[in-house]
Amino acid sequence: MIEDIELETLINEVYEYYGFDFGSYSRASLKRRVYRVYQLGGFGHFHEFLSKVRSDPEYYKQMIDEITVNVTEMFRDPTFYGILRKEILPLLGTKPFIRLWHAGCSTGEEVYSMAIMLKEAGLLHKSLIYATDINATVLETAKKGIFPLRMMKEYSQNYRDAGGQEDFSSYYTANYGIAKFNEELSQKMVYSQHNLVSDTSFNEFDIILCRNVLIYFDSDLQKRVINLFDESLAVLGFLALGTKETIKYSISPGKYKQFEKEKIWRKIK
Amino acid sequence: MEENKIISNCRLVIIGGSAGSLNALMQILPELTALRNYAIVIVVHRKSTDDQTLEELITLKSSVPVKPIEDKTILIPGFIYIAPSNYHLLFEKDDTLALDTSEKINYSRPSIDVSFESAAEIFGSSLVGILFSGSNTDGTLGLQAIQENGGKIVVQNPLSADMPFMPNNAILFTTPDYVLNNEEILALLNSINS
Ligand SMILES: C[S@@+](CC[C@H](N)C(=O)[O-])C[C@H]1O[C@@H](n2cnc3c(N)ncnc32)[C@H](O)[C@@H]1O
Repeated sequence: MIEDIELETLINEVYEYYGFDFGSYSRASLKRRVYRVYQLGGFGHFHEFLSKVRSDPEYYKQMIDEITVNVTEMFRDPTFYGILRKEILPLLGTKPFIRLWHAGCSTGEEVYSMAIMLKEAGLLHKSLIYATDINATVLETAKKGIFPLRMMKEYSQNYRDAGGQEDFSSYYTANYGIAKFNEELSQKMVYSQHNLVSDTSFNEFDIILCRNVLIYFDSDLQKRVINLFDESLAVLGFLALGTKETIKYSISPGKYKQFEKEKIWRKIK
Repeated sequence: MEENKIISNCRLVIIGGSAGSLNALMQILPELTALRNYAIVIVVHRKSTDDQTLEELITLKSSVPVKPIEDKTILIPGFIYIAPSNYHLLFEKDDTLALDTSEKINYSRPSIDVSFESAAEIFGSSLVGILFSGSNTDGTLGLQAIQENGGKIVVQNPLSADMPFMPNNAILFTTPDYVLNNEEILALLNSINS
């Protein structure tokens, strides 16, 4: 494993040379990820790694891509999607226009899951889904809507567990090991790079989903990001987090009302 | 319990298990007396749909209070914590727990190795690692890390394990401080910090 002091040096140098601030990321996970990149690079000493990061912007970009955890799934946690479908979408459906934001969308599996549910609820035509991530590479994948075909069995099971009744395979075309999702779904998606650490609010939304991103941040950064979401959320809008995440420590109680036992909160004032 | 087996200055006992470990845990946990100044964290492989059930079962049967793990949950002595499925469980310096959705390791998330290694780094010699039944090799590297960092390592006697493969593998590739059957593990836990 690398030393704490080495990790802190890397954090400082990345900030100094590239302006990116990893200082508020949870150390346990960050350390494992950095160690992995360091090992893969076959460096003899941490100094060599540091100097490569400093002198080679391409390598720096690759390193950032490797450090961020991009694992995602379609309809991950089917119960959560079931509640979205049954309880939340009908409420959003009363609006003339629906603005959604997936923050930390990774390769887009979540965004396509949402688009499928919006379509089935007859709401996709009046929706606009903003999907952002800090990692430019995953956004390229997301835009294409191309996912590994071998995952489709699990995803279609998740889809059914979340209350989906259509033939899941009608949403994509299978070809040489890949599943390309229909363009009808991606027409209402807007992808752009956005850094939750340093970028500001860019619109007002009816629902913001940020799942399994806050777990990588320390409490201070979590507070800042929840505030950013609060600024970006219309009154009566929804905020959805991952199954093990909470806004409890970040925002004054009374401002949001939790939706049953789910990690969904409604902004009530 | 013999004097020389008593472990002191322990802050955390981390337990790993896979197939067949639930039986052992169900024999031990209901008999535990209050934890003397240490916490227990349990990392077991299971299907994500069994999450609620396992927590409920242990809460119901255990006389020691069980706390669910969420992001940044603080470890408090006297409680049992159960790692949620589908996340790796890591430890931070300030005694909080961290969750991570990164890739499965050896087909497992939570990975016992990952949690053991992370705990070893944070808790050093105040850590005890126990590995139970299972049919894969998860946990062996983790036990090694615990030992390297000065902690004590215990392996369930393969003869009393439903699935002896995992404890056997650990015995083959580490030098456990103790290889114990379930009753002995219970006695060890009850004697910690006494
Ligand atoms: C584990 S994935 C979560 C994907 C999806 N939301 C899910 O739950 O399946 C975490 C994502 O957060 C992104 N991320 C990490 N730091 C970020 C930051 N500062 N700003 C925006 N996104 C970030 C990562 O690039 C990664 O794609």
